[in-house]
Amino acid sequence: MAMAIKASLLLLVFLSSAIVSFSLYEDQVGLMDWHQRYIGKVKHAVFHTQKAGRKRVIVSTEENVVASLDLRHGEIFWRHVLGTNDAIDGVEIALGKCRNHLHYMWCSAISGYVITLSSQGSTLRAWNLPDGQMVWETSLHSAQISKSLLSVPINLKVDKDYPILAFGGGYLHAVSAIDGERVLQPPESSIIYVLGFLHSSEAVVYQIDSKTGEVVAEKSMVFPDGFSGAVSSVSSDKIVVLDSTRSILVTIGFLDGDISFQKTPVSDLVEDSGNAEILSPLLSNMVAVKVNRRTIFVRVGGEGKLEVVDSLSDETAMSVSLPVADDQVAFASAHHEGSKIQLMVKLVDDLETVLLRESIEMDQHRGRVDKVFINNYIKTDMSNGFRALIVMEDHSLLLLQQGAIVWSREEGLASVTDVTTAELPVEKDGVSVAKVEHTLVDWLKGHMLKLKGSLLLASPEDVAAIQEMRMKSSGRSKLTRDHNGFRKLFIALTRAGKLFALHTGDGRIVWSMLLNSPSKSEACERPSGISLYQWQVPHHHAMDENPSVLVVGRCGSDSSAPGVLSFVDVYTGKEISSSDIGHSVVRVMPLPFTDSTEQRLHLIADTEGHVHLYPKTSEALSIFQREFQNVYWYTVEGDDGIIRGHGMKSSCAGETADEYCFTTKELWTVVFPSESEKIISTLTRKPNEVVHTQAKVNTDQDLLYKYVSRNLLFVATVSPKGAGEIGSVTPEESALVVYLIDTITGRILHRLSHQGCQGPVHAVFSENWVVYHYFNLRAHKYEVTVVEIYDQSRAENKNVWKLVLGKHNLTAPISSYSRPEMFTKSQSYFFAQSVKTIAVTSTAKGITSKQLLIGTIGDQILALDKRFVDPRRTLNPSQAEKEEGIIPLTDSLPIIPQSYITHSLKVEGLRGIVTAPAKLESTTHVFAYGVDLFYTRLAPSKTYDSLADDFSYALLLITIVALVAAIYITWVISEKKELSEKWR
Amino acid sequence: MPNLTLVLFLSTLLIFSSSSSFAFQSDELLLDDEEFGLEGGSHPRSPEPVITDSPPKQTPSIRRRYSDPDLDSKIQFTLEHAFGDSDFSSAGTFSARLKTWSHGGQTLTKLRFARNEFSDEEKDAFKNLLKGDDFYRIRLPSNVVTPPGREYVIASVRARCLPRDGLDEHIAIHMDGANILAVSYGSPGACPYPRQLKLPGKWTFNSHTILKSSEQAPRTPIFTEEILGSSENMEGEAEAPVERSFWAKYWMYLIPLGLIVMNAVTQASNMAEEQPAGSQGQAPAAIQRGSAPRRR
Repeated sequence: MAMAIKASLLLLVFLSSAIVSFSLYEDQVGLMDWHQRYIGKVKHAVFHTQKAGRKRVIVSTEENVVASLDLRHGEIFWRHVLGTNDAIDGVEIALGKCRNHLHYMWCSAISGYVITLSSQGSTLRAWNLPDGQMVWETSLHSAQISKSLLSVPINLKVDKDYPILAFGGGYLHAVSAIDGERVLQPPESSIIYVLGFLHSSEAVVYQIDSKTGEVVAEKSMVFPDGFSGAVSSVSSDKIVVLDSTRSILVTIGFLDGDISFQKTPVSDLVEDSGNAEILSPLLSNMVAVKVNRRTIFVRVGGEGKLEVVDSLSDETAMSVSLPVADDQVAFASAHHEGSKIQLMVKLVDDLETVLLRESIEMDQHRGRVDKVFINNYIKTDMSNGFRALIVMEDHSLLLLQQGAIVWSREEGLASVTDVTTAELPVEKDGVSVAKVEHTLVDWLKGHMLKLKGSLLLASPEDVAAIQEMRMKSSGRSKLTRDHNGFRKLFIALTRAGKLFALHTGDGRIVWSMLLNSPSKSEACERPSGISLYQWQVPHHHAMDENPSVLVVGRCGSDSSAPGVLSFVDVYTGKEISSSDIGHSVVRVMPLPFTDSTEQRLHLIADTEGHVHLYPKTSEALSIFQREFQNVYWYTVEGDDGIIRGHGMKSSCAGETADEYCFTTKELWTVVFPSESEKIISTLTRKPNEVVHTQAKVNTDQDLLYKYVSRNLLFVATVSPKGAGEIGSVTPEESALVVYLIDTITGRILHRLSHQGCQGPVHAVFSENWVVYHYFNLRAHKYEVTVVEIYDQSRAENKNVWKLVLGKHNLTAPISSYSRPEMFTKSQSYFFAQSVKTIAVTSTAKGITSKQLLIGTIGDQILALDKRFVDPRRTLNPSQAEKEEGIIPLTDSLPIIPQSYITHSLKVEGLRGIVTAPAKLESTTHVFAYGVDLFYTRLAPSKTYDSLADDFSYALLLITIVALVAAIYITWVISEKKELSEKWR
Repeated sequence: MPNLTLVLFLSTLLIFSSSSSFAFQSDELLLDDEEFGLEGGSHPRSPEPVITDSPPKQTPSIRRRYSDPDLDSKIQFTLEHAFGDSDFSSAGTFSARLKTWSHGGQTLTKLRFARNEFSDEEKDAFKNLLKGDDFYRIRLPSNVVTPPGREYVIASVRARCLPRDGLDEHIAIHMDGANILAVSYGSPGACPYPRQLKLPGKWTFNSHTILKSSEQAPRTPIFTEEILGSSENMEGEAEAPVERSFWAKYWMYLIPLGLIVMNAVTQASNMAEEQPAGSQGQAPAAIQRGSAPRRR
């Protein structure tokens, strides 16, 4: 299929002279792209199973998604992704609301509204339950940041309406469920008790008249030891909290506005107690306390007396209590026993009664149970049944019913933090193409269909058959490497510390693996993944080794927490080895050296300014010591506005015996003035990028040499005032300055200031150019600027004779210590859209022209040819320039609707775009992640080096056969004729 | 003359000066404020051709405001150096004028640099650096008004890059008002990678100093319809295609044609040798057709 690349270069030149705009036909959708929809880790879940109709569960997640899921299959009915700063604090279903809709009373009791409270309790929204349309939105006044609560009391009825109580920002609001207006006229007076804490050491009780909202009575009492942690309200007049030492349980009674404290040390309840933690579930007259990795249930007696009722070992997740029949209240708890999950539903009043006990086989790589939500239903035999929605440690969501997993969703993939690519294994026993195309008859039939399709003779059924055949026959989901490199694995690391391997063909999960701490010690229970590196990519002399990736994790959220390394085999998804490295991880630097087994050398910098070499082998050490003098690295201190360069100094043998640890010295600093500049963005080139041509030919047969350096750092700074949101400053107050800094010597190679401009800056750095996107306050528009850097020191090498005679300096090593002779060209354009992220396509040899992939605010990805951001564009390009492909200069960049590579789809919550080259030069893999995942294959200059997928081989074959036949026939005829002539 | 020579650049104007207050004697007159005419005057100790590299827009304003002494203030800040991992010590002094603009901005002008001579210990230390191919480091305060400001701005170079005849150094100071952002330090020319050990002939510094401030980005052009319209007209005028030669037009057809013809000729001649007894008229053509693909 693939022709020689060199031959195709000529074709590329022809192709690139026309404006190539990438677009798809309708029937091509889904052929090489796939899209997966997720919601994220579930925080709250509310079941809606009443009456007939669809059974659904409403969930809100940590990705700020509110969604309605089908309880039967786990599909998404509808979902809404709120903004990144709009975290959902509570979700409830408000029922039984009727409205007078013109002629008839219209009760939406069946449908109801989903009420969400978000943004620290300042925004209250109602969504229509069946279709997810927003019904109303109320913004609540808030004074300060505080914990927010949402509750829909069932017993508080006001004029056919059930008000919603929302607390946030120091205010309590009662809001009507119908239209979101504030309720002012409750018919009967009732008292709402509110208990709050002041300065974490004083308890205050307010009695609020629900009619007027006035505070009827207020009482406060100081608790000298102070409170800490969660609050568990055990009954309508009692709550239990922990004191600040976390060793004494305090029961606070606030009956009739009087406050009483009662202290019970935890050590009285259980022996050898450590720090206690109150678990949040609401259980009546009961509190669950986690002490010493055990969960104890403490019953709160009438006089505030505490007694231990039950205790559960290991990590146990519990649900909130759920009223079941006969005034009984049940709750569910789930914990691990071996490879199984024990799910138990018990009555709160009587812990001996176990309503349900199920054990379910669970995949080890889902980790522990994190959250349980239960729902009851009436079984066919009229007894109570329970179904449980559980959230696992890897963020996956599962529905358990009757001891089985009904459905599961891999919600961990909604929070991808890092992505890398990996090759699939080589096909071992040569499976021929014929095996895929089963029989010759099928094969011919298929091609007949395709022929029909291309001649527009196909009926709709035929079209469907063709589509299906395309999906199947391409073998795109096979688990082996293909000739064009279209089949690959994307290895994604999620926030939960789980690795997923996704197949590029159909997006399925090939394997997944939850990172475990090697020692499972107290200190490092749950390492969180930071980043992902290609550790071993065998291609030359280590072909029998499986490739592997390095996952760098951290035991805790603090940057000085000790790191964890884990090596994972890409083919099998098994952890090869893992280690606690005993030092912190600030930066991981892959070095351009590999050892004899193709393991890449990595340097890991810690907080103390030391660097550590991995792998810890003597071979790696000897390789590193050879290049010791030439290893440099830099750190960016964003808060201080300082960038520092470091060089290697010596082994830190003096301090520790570790021979793989090295001390460094500071070589250069760049200090940005704190009063006028603040670093908002730094960026380097992709280390594995391939640059094909070092030079660019001008129209006047002039050569421009690209300044291609791997050690360039792009830095963008804004005035500290302008670091906020767009529009918060006047143009005079804000300036954006961009820098290109050589990271070896700290030289500022380029410095450009944009007056009256503001961040956020999104940039992409490739070859010798940077493209960045920012906001121009003067023009009230977004702008995109391109900067290209050209090398002047090699500019004399234009003469062909010099090149022929070897009198050039092109092969001389380039040193950063030489004074750089370079110049830059730059140009700015307006861009109509706000941008979330920018990436650039990358191909195997770097020959194919590049496209910018712009993740727009609408969560779509726009492919823009690099030729549109070429600083050589002029208003009136000459004929020669036009032939070269220079587009006449316009003030803004075009947004062509057909060039959205996501076509009609949206990658909700788009966060990043990753590109990876395929083996075929023209093609590049694009993987976008956010809440959703999207993958497609792009050919920025069209597939000039391969035949189209639907190329009719049959037609070609038939033509050849016909030609051969014709040649034979004519030959026979001519022979006959010749013979007859000879006989004449 | 083993003394230090200073070159300093200030906008497009440059002043060679040496100061008499340090460890060297200068036979040069101290410059007044008004002696800009020096540009043309040849300087006997000018070690290098003059390099001018600074934002040219500053020139007129400096000239205009120069007579305004109350807005200027003289400042001095020191350049410190370290050999390898040693502590920093004074290496020279920059003196300059700090101009305060009416709108509150500050600009450093008239920068002069006085480099101290290496003492014997420093020479030894530098020789050690050369042997070990280690770093020679310099630092400047990050604020010239209140040195050292927030932190020192450090730069370093492999010591082997500096020696030529003497010790050549090139210091580019990136300024923002009275703040020094960064300093680029190195040799003025190339420093090719396998760095050879070479001791300097003279232990004197040829210092090239340059002040750099931020470049303003050009404003994004806004085109109105008329401009675009006129550009189309322009295109219309330029429509007449440039007449190109026959060869330039049809080379892509001519070359394959030529090859085919040559191939055919070779074939024909070969054939003639192989089949001396002339066969039927159509035979050569048939054989040629048959054998040509084999050749390819």
